[in-house]
Amino acid sequence: MKQPIISFKHVVKCYDDDVPVLKDITFDIEEGKFYTLLGPSGCGKTTILRMIAGFSEPTKGDIFFEGQRINEVPANKRQVNTVFQDYALFPHMNVYDNIAFGLKIKKMPRDVIDQKVKEALKMVQLAGYEKRGINEMSGGQRQRVAIARAIVNEPKVLLLDEPLSALDHKLRLAMQYELRELQQRLGITFIFVTHDQEEALAMSDEIFVLDNGNIVQTGSPVDIYDEPINHYVADFIGESNIIEGIMLRDNLVKFAGKEFECVDEGIRENEPVEVVLRPEDLDLTDVDHGKLKVTVDTVLFRGVHYEIICHDEVQNEWMVHTTKKAEPGSLIGLYFDPEDIHVMRFNESEAEFDARLDSYEG
Amino acid sequence: MKKYNTLFAIPYFIWLVLFVIAPVILIFGYSFLDSQGHFTLANYATYFASGKYLMMTFNSVWYAFLITLVTLIVSYPTAYFLTKLKHRDLWLLLIILPTWINMLLKAYAFIGIFGLHGSINHFLQFFGLAPHQFLFTDVGFMVVAMYIQLPFMIIPIFNGLEELDNSLIRASRDLGANAWQTFTKVIFPLSLEGVKSGVQAVFIPSLSFFMITRLIGGNRVITLGTAIEEHFLVTQNWGMGSTIGVVLIIAMFIVMALTSERKKGGKR
Repeated sequence: MKQPIISFKHVVKCYDDDVPVLKDITFDIEEGKFYTLLGPSGCGKTTILRMIAGFSEPTKGDIFFEGQRINEVPANKRQVNTVFQDYALFPHMNVYDNIAFGLKIKKMPRDVIDQKVKEALKMVQLAGYEKRGINEMSGGQRQRVAIARAIVNEPKVLLLDEPLSALDHKLRLAMQYELRELQQRLGITFIFVTHDQEEALAMSDEIFVLDNGNIVQTGSPVDIYDEPINHYVADFIGESNIIEGIMLRDNLVKFAGKEFECVDEGIRENEPVEVVLRPEDLDLTDVDHGKLKVTVDTVLFRGVHYEIICHDEVQNEWMVHTTKKAEPGSLIGLYFDPEDIHVMRFNESEAEFDARLDSYEG
Repeated sequence: MKKYNTLFAIPYFIWLVLFVIAPVILIFGYSFLDSQGHFTLANYATYFASGKYLMMTFNSVWYAFLITLVTLIVSYPTAYFLTKLKHRDLWLLLIILPTWINMLLKAYAFIGIFGLHGSINHFLQFFGLAPHQFLFTDVGFMVVAMYIQLPFMIIPIFNGLEELDNSLIRASRDLGANAWQTFTKVIFPLSLEGVKSGVQAVFIPSLSFFMITRLIGGNRVITLGTAIEEHFLVTQNWGMGSTIGVVLIIAMFIVMALTSERKKGGKR
């Protein structure tokens, strides 16, 4: 494998009160990929970003940048740039001076600065806005200025701290495409921090799911969505039905009072497990053809689909996303394929989980 | 509802007319009268013709400038470090506290401190140094003036720095600026509004100091403030006193105009 551009080795971070915000974090970041640190507020994702940027030092452990230990390297000496959550544009400068800030610090010749600022503005589709004051710009435009101000310095890694959280829904979606496209065009590593799972799934090559100072799962959006390691990840990413069950043997799981064929292996016989079924993997059918018999409680029209809440014979609640309509109170069947069932063990570490998956998928 | 609102403004309005607008008009009026009460331009002619008054004006501006400059040099770092402190509210209170005490009392206290038998000379004598006259010197006057004005400079600068968004400093460091570059390019320009209000709050009152020029400066420092007092209370030449007053008011407006110029850049 290529040398990672950034490595965290057993990094621990404690603030004054000794409660660690990060508990022994180890990971590698490869060059040229789009990474997302995903987790709820307080999970430590911003702390990781600050450590990479150089605004915070680890209490224990080491951070490497291209193989060099950078724990004590100050922020201004690092080859990373940040797009801040509130943009942090300098209010006393116009758009041009904001973007040129880093280049002027590096004492680049004027004409080079001019040209680079122009290119950066073009890249974020703000050509001609040089002389605008920051307060004359809309939220989306400021966002773009903040991105231009960072990328104009040609960093090896671009850090983005929830940069889309202040934008409205439509603009946010548009910016997701733009950011993804920009990353692919520039080919530099992006590390994106967010609590929004949709953003993470839409943009990333690799997602780190964080919970309470730990990285609980690392993987591509598809991996994480289809094979969440535990209840927390399954619940945090996407909608899911999580039901308790028992793994009878390889490829056979029992839940909701019935036995079902599945594709999970390497779990002890009769081990208690949790089963995940995504709402969109459940199909409505008539009672005779369904694998589960359920009673419809509520039907909610969501635009692209109906969200149907129903319960089975042992009072498990099920959420179904479907384009078919159902009547509240009616008895219907739910159908799903063996591949739609994902079995999760309790307290399985990521290493164990990966090893188990490799053993039968490999 | 609107009618009531106007009613509430009446006490202040009366105060404004009686104690601000009327006196200014009176001063303007008196400045064109001679001692017999006839219209004349002689006061202004005297003011501009005699070097004495121009010298006084220059003195006033010069001392006010020095006081402002030195308070600024002392206040800026003080305000800056205040924003970094843990118990800044307590420190701030300690800085504000002296402003609650009457200026005259403070001036008298300094007479005790500076005098030939005062604390400082006691201290010097302890080290075997000869007693030194601090009272009735330029330096003494400056020190007391600065002591009185310091809080009025520190507070607006502190507020300006306190409002400064920390993420701007991070952004500057992130873009490669070291601590000094961050200070000169981001922190200082953004605290300039506070500096300007501080300069206003110190420079303008300093122009018309007269109590401490007398008590501490021993009338060796003659400013416009002292001159006005002399004309009104001693020589009873109200016309000339008013003329100097008009000059002072104009000087104040000039300072206001210079320090409150339109905001630059993004701020509209």
